[in-house]
Amino acid sequence: MTNPKGRFGIFGGQYIPETLMNAVIELEAAYEKYKCDENFNAELEKLFNEYAGRPSRLYFAAKMSRDLGGAKIYLKREDLNHTGSHKINNVLGQALLAKKMGKTRLIAETGAGQHGVATATAAALLNMECVVFMGEEDTKRQALNVYRMKLLGADVVPIKSGTATLKDAVSEAFREWTRRIADTHYCLGSVMGPHPFPTIVRDFQSVISREIKSQTLSAENKLPDYVIACVGGGSNAIGSFWHFINDKDVKLIGCEAAGRGIDTFETAATISTGRTGIFHGMKSYFCQDKFGGIAPVYSISAGLDYPGIGPEHAHLHDIKRAEYVPITDDEAVQAFEYLSRTEGIIPAIESAHAVAYAKKIAPNLSADKIIVITLSGRGDKDCASIARYRGENINE
Amino acid sequence: MSKIINAFTNGKAFIPFITCGYPDLQTTEKTVREMVKNGASLIELGIPFSDPTAEGVVIQEANLKALQGGVTTEKVFDLVKNLRRDIKIPLIFMTYANVIFGYGAEKFISTCAEIGIDGIILPDLPFEEKEEFLPICRKYGVDLISMIAPTSENRIAKISRDAEGFLYIVSSLGVTGVRSEIKTDLAPMIKIVRDNTKVPCAIGFGISTPKQAFEMSQLADGVIVGSAIIKILAKYGKDSAPYVGEYVKEMVQAIS
Repeated sequence: MTNPKGRFGIFGGQYIPETLMNAVIELEAAYEKYKCDENFNAELEKLFNEYAGRPSRLYFAAKMSRDLGGAKIYLKREDLNHTGSHKINNVLGQALLAKKMGKTRLIAETGAGQHGVATATAAALLNMECVVFMGEEDTKRQALNVYRMKLLGADVVPIKSGTATLKDAVSEAFREWTRRIADTHYCLGSVMGPHPFPTIVRDFQSVISREIKSQTLSAENKLPDYVIACVGGGSNAIGSFWHFINDKDVKLIGCEAAGRGIDTFETAATISTGRTGIFHGMKSYFCQDKFGGIAPVYSISAGLDYPGIGPEHAHLHDIKRAEYVPITDDEAVQAFEYLSRTEGIIPAIESAHAVAYAKKIAPNLSADKIIVITLSGRGDKDCASIARYRGENINE
Repeated sequence: MSKIINAFTNGKAFIPFITCGYPDLQTTEKTVREMVKNGASLIELGIPFSDPTAEGVVIQEANLKALQGGVTTEKVFDLVKNLRRDIKIPLIFMTYANVIFGYGAEKFISTCAEIGIDGIILPDLPFEEKEEFLPICRKYGVDLISMIAPTSENRIAKISRDAEGFLYIVSSLGVTGVRSEIKTDLAPMIKIVRDNTKVPCAIGFGISTPKQAFEMSQLADGVIVGSAIIKILAKYGKDSAPYVGEYVKEMVQAIS
């Protein structure tokens, strides 16, 4: 029998160097201790509400619903959180936990920069040192976020190895953690990596679905029919799904980044094009070649540009509880522009993948159906790259 | 019991590592022969992986270059078949879990047994996850080598008790790579190892000079050197074999 710890079906586990084992065991013990601790939870809730601005709004997108002419569409506005994305939920939880563990330094990986910014923010607030690893390619795509992190007092280390994107930043953050464990917590940004990270991050993000549930009930007196979120590693998606997993009538849909299409090599759609593998501490689906080499992936969205997916999503896919669909760059960019014009809301290009899928299905659904789209982040950071995509050069 | 024990029966073992296919497989084959000629006791053959998360920059680069040169797991198997025509010392693979998993664990491990690979080291397969491959390794008589790190503490005893082949003692925190000094207090770690197993142990990570090799050999049964050898390959490319041979000779002398 393989290790049952931290498993979601066959997925998950702890495939990490021995050097890190006691660190994850220590983290698990601390989390088990504090997750039910009243004071810890009160402190976290206070940070959520007063600092991050929770609960986030569930906004009825009347114009978009009317325009698409089918289901009623609600937007879960994680983009309105402090720092502009859902990432703050997880980071506040982990930073507070790390602080309780006596750690004084946070390290993190970042793709689009949202998780890096959130980690730098929490570090500033809680008086901790912060180092963020970011693929060099991404530091160019997301220069504004690099500046924000520095402004918040973090060191940003550009990573040149491999494809110089998110997976390489994750690898480097793991390497750094093996170098320096005693005072350092690796604040992992998604529901991935070795146990207990997928569980911890999911629990901290599950506030999203807890709120969606009560907000839909009070607005509509029923549960949504569809919950749609984008998936890279999958933290905003699992957060949006979690409290609905036992409500079998609620369809859960994760939107993967198909890049230039799942029939091309320039894609990051893990469920559509990958197969089971072991990487970055977990067994899950990965884009890989026939010898197990991790494939270079591509998406216009730096935050979804990752060759794997969180193990709980892999399991939800296998048991068919959630459905994972590919959305191309083109579809995402169109949705990015569509939501900006229709509702006056500029979504993160990551979240635009979820908007794109809702656009496809909403017109075919009847008016009594309810779709909730999680807007995981705001799109200001993406304006320059979308302009470039459209052949327009703007000075940031 | 596998052949690995043979590497430890003639004094201290010198265990060089090489990334297969860096800069090409012909060079690897020549270099391995030089290593054997100059007294290596056991050789760690690295199968390149796209994302070697436990490696420092030197071996990362070697992995990447080897893959860019078109090296695959199957070509490494062919290399081993060629080496096994005349090389008798134990040979082990060092790679990452997905290289085995992605190829098919049973197919990979049975091939290892067929072509004469005595053991496998996977830095991303800790004690808790070894059941992933251990039953298949047992079935085909290939040792799954365990590692102990400076942070292992209360885990050393249980890892040692289950160890097979040899125990890989990681000298320092961090990833592979040359270090000017090794600060970990290894003696107490190795005492726990000795109390719990008869399996020999070898120290790796950060060792590059004959002086370091001598010091480590006073504590353990063997010394593992990787990055220092890959640096020679980075410098001399296809002409590396004699230079690596010379280096191995010097290191073997230092621990004899």
